[in-house]
Amino acid sequence: MRSLRLVAVLMFLGAGSALAQSPTYGLGRAPTAEEVRAWDISISPTGEELPPGSGTASGGALIYRRNCARCHGADGTEGRAPRLVKRDAGPDVHPWNLGRILPIRSPYATAVWDYINRGMPLNREGTLTADEVYALTALLLYWNDVIAEDEVLDAQSLPMVEMPNRDAWAPLPDWKPGTPRLPGYPY
Amino acid sequence: MGAERPDRRVFLKRGAALAGGLTLGAVEPVMRQAGASGQSLEPQSVEPQDYSSPELIAYGQRSRHVTSVRIPVNGRPSPDEFGLVFHIGTPLQDQVGAITPSALHYFGTTRGSFVPDIDPKEHRLLIHGMVDRELIFTMDELKRFPSVTRLHFIECAGNRSNPRLTTVQESHGMTSCAEWTGVLLRTLLDEAGVQEGGTWIVAEGVEEVKGTSSLPIAKAMDDIIVAYGMNGEPLRPQQGFPLRIVVPGFEGILSVKWLRRIKVVDRFYMTYNDYGHLRRDADDAALSYQIGPKSVITSPSGGQQLPGTGFYEVRGLAWSGGGAVTRVEVSTDGGRSWMDADIRGTPQRMAHSAFSFNWTWDGREAVLMSRCTDDLGQVQPSRDQVREFWGIPAGQPFSVKGQDNSIQPWRVEGDGSVHNAIA
Repeated sequence: MRSLRLVAVLMFLGAGSALAQSPTYGLGRAPTAEEVRAWDISISPTGEELPPGSGTASGGALIYRRNCARCHGADGTEGRAPRLVKRDAGPDVHPWNLGRILPIRSPYATAVWDYINRGMPLNREGTLTADEVYALTALLLYWNDVIAEDEVLDAQSLPMVEMPNRDAWAPLPDWKPGTPRLPGYPY
Repeated sequence: MGAERPDRRVFLKRGAALAGGLTLGAVEPVMRQAGASGQSLEPQSVEPQDYSSPELIAYGQRSRHVTSVRIPVNGRPSPDEFGLVFHIGTPLQDQVGAITPSALHYFGTTRGSFVPDIDPKEHRLLIHGMVDRELIFTMDELKRFPSVTRLHFIECAGNRSNPRLTTVQESHGMTSCAEWTGVLLRTLLDEAGVQEGGTWIVAEGVEEVKGTSSLPIAKAMDDIIVAYGMNGEPLRPQQGFPLRIVVPGFEGILSVKWLRRIKVVDRFYMTYNDYGHLRRDADDAALSYQIGPKSVITSPSGGQQLPGTGFYEVRGLAWSGGGAVTRVEVSTDGGRSWMDADIRGTPQRMAHSAFSFNWTWDGREAVLMSRCTDDLGQVQPSRDQVREFWGIPAGQPFSVKGQDNSIQPWRVEGDGSVHNAIA
C-alpha cells in the first residue's frame, strides 16, 4: 500500500518534469517590450527584422563624407581604418579573391546593414538613422559593383540583393556533442 | 547600459609607456629567451620592492623579477591607432602548470574593439526570441542559480604556426586555460523554455561593436557556461567582465564576452563574426569549428637557450576541443621514435593538460616534438600527415586545413639554441 502511494507520487513528479513548462528557479523578470526592442538589433539573412526606411548610393555619398571618410578614406580604399572596396584581383573576380571585405564577401547584404548599424561610426555607434544606414549600405554595395547607383534599398529590397558570394561559402557542420570534428578525418 | 569607454588618451599614453619598457630577452634564470622581440618587461626598479606595504598586503602582485608579458600577435598592433585591441598572445614559454594566470590569459576581440568598463550593478542579461518566457536577469540573480566550475581552454581559430615565427608565444600563444564559474546556459534556457523550432542562438556583447555569434542549440544545451568567475575571482575586464559565455572546445571567437543578450532563433544569423569565419570549403569549415587534438612543448621552445648538456624536464600543454586528452607522446629525434610523456593530474574535458618528459641532452642536435590523443580517438597529426591525407604533393607549400593542430617541432642545435623547425 505504502509502495503504491510512492509509485503514485513518483508518477506525479514524472508528469511534472515531463511538462517542464514552468520555471524551476523563478529568478529574473519579464523584460518590457521596449527593453527587448532597444537591444534586439541582429538582422538575419531574411531581413525580416529590418526597420522601415530607405536609401540610395547617391544619397549615401554625403553621409559617407560626413561620417566615414575621415577614417576609411574618400573612396573607401585609402583610409587608416579597414578597406571597404574590393581589391583588384585581375580577371579572377571570384568573391573569395577580392579580400575579406564585408560589402563584397558577405553572402547577404543584411550583414552589411547590421554591421554599420551596430558598430559604426567608431565612438558614435548607434547615432545613424535607419535611412542613413540604408544609404551607406547602398553606397558600399555600389562601390563594389553589386548594385546600381540609383537602386533603392529598403527592408524589402535589401535582403533580395544578389551578393556575389551568396552560394560560394560552406555551411557549418551539423555539430553533435561527443563527435569528431570531421567524420573520416583521423586528426 | 553602464558600459563606459576608457579614456582614449590615457589608453594611448599607457600603451606608449609599455612599449618603451619592453626589452630584448627575458630574465629567465635557467633558460634565457634569446633573440625574440619584446617578450618581457624590464624590472620596475633596482630598489627592493616592499611586498609588505599596506597596498600589497591588501592586493598582492608578482615579484619584480618575474617579467613575462603578453604580446600582440598576427602582426597587428594592440592597441592600434584607434585604441582598439585585437589579438594578444600569452607567454606560454613561461607558464608552469595547466592554468593560465588571469592577467596573462590570451585575449581577442571582434576584429578590434575597446575593452568596455561595465558597472555590474547596471548589467543585465536578456534571454528572448523563441522561448516561452522572455527573461531579464541582474548579475545578482544570475549568481543565485545552481553553478558549475570547470576548467576549459579557449583558443583562437587563428592560432597557427608557420616557419617565420620564433617563439611558442608567437606560434601558439592564442590559447589559454582557466577555471570558469557560472551557470550552464542550458539552465537559463530551460528556465525560459526553448520553443519547438529554436535551432540556433545568437549571443551578443555590449562592447561598442556589440560582438555577436551564432551557435547551434545542440551546443547551447550541452556545455556552454554563462560565466561570471575566472580562476577564483570575477572575470577580468579583458575577459568579459562581468559576464561572458565560454563555449568549450569551439573556436575562441564564439565565446562572446561582455554578454548582455541571448536570442533563440530558427536560423544561422550570419552575424559579422559568423561572416568573418566563413570558409569556401566544407571540410575547412568543419575543421575550423571544433578544435582538434593539439599539444606543444613550451620548454625548451623556440628562442630559448639551453645552458649546457645534462638533464632537462621537457614540459608542455595538450588539449582537445573534442574531449579529454588521453595520451601525450614526446619525440626527441624529429618523430622517428615516440615515448609516453607524464600527464599531470586527471585530464579535464576541453582543457589544457600539462605534461612532462625526462630528457638528458647529450649536446647533439635534437628535434623535440609532442603529439596527443583525445578520448574520441583523434590523434594530433604532423604536417606531413595532413599533407598526405589531403593528397598535396610533397614540396608544395600548403597550410593546414581548418584550425591548425599540427605537431610543432623545435630544433635544439649543438650550441643549445632552440629554433622553430617547421620546414
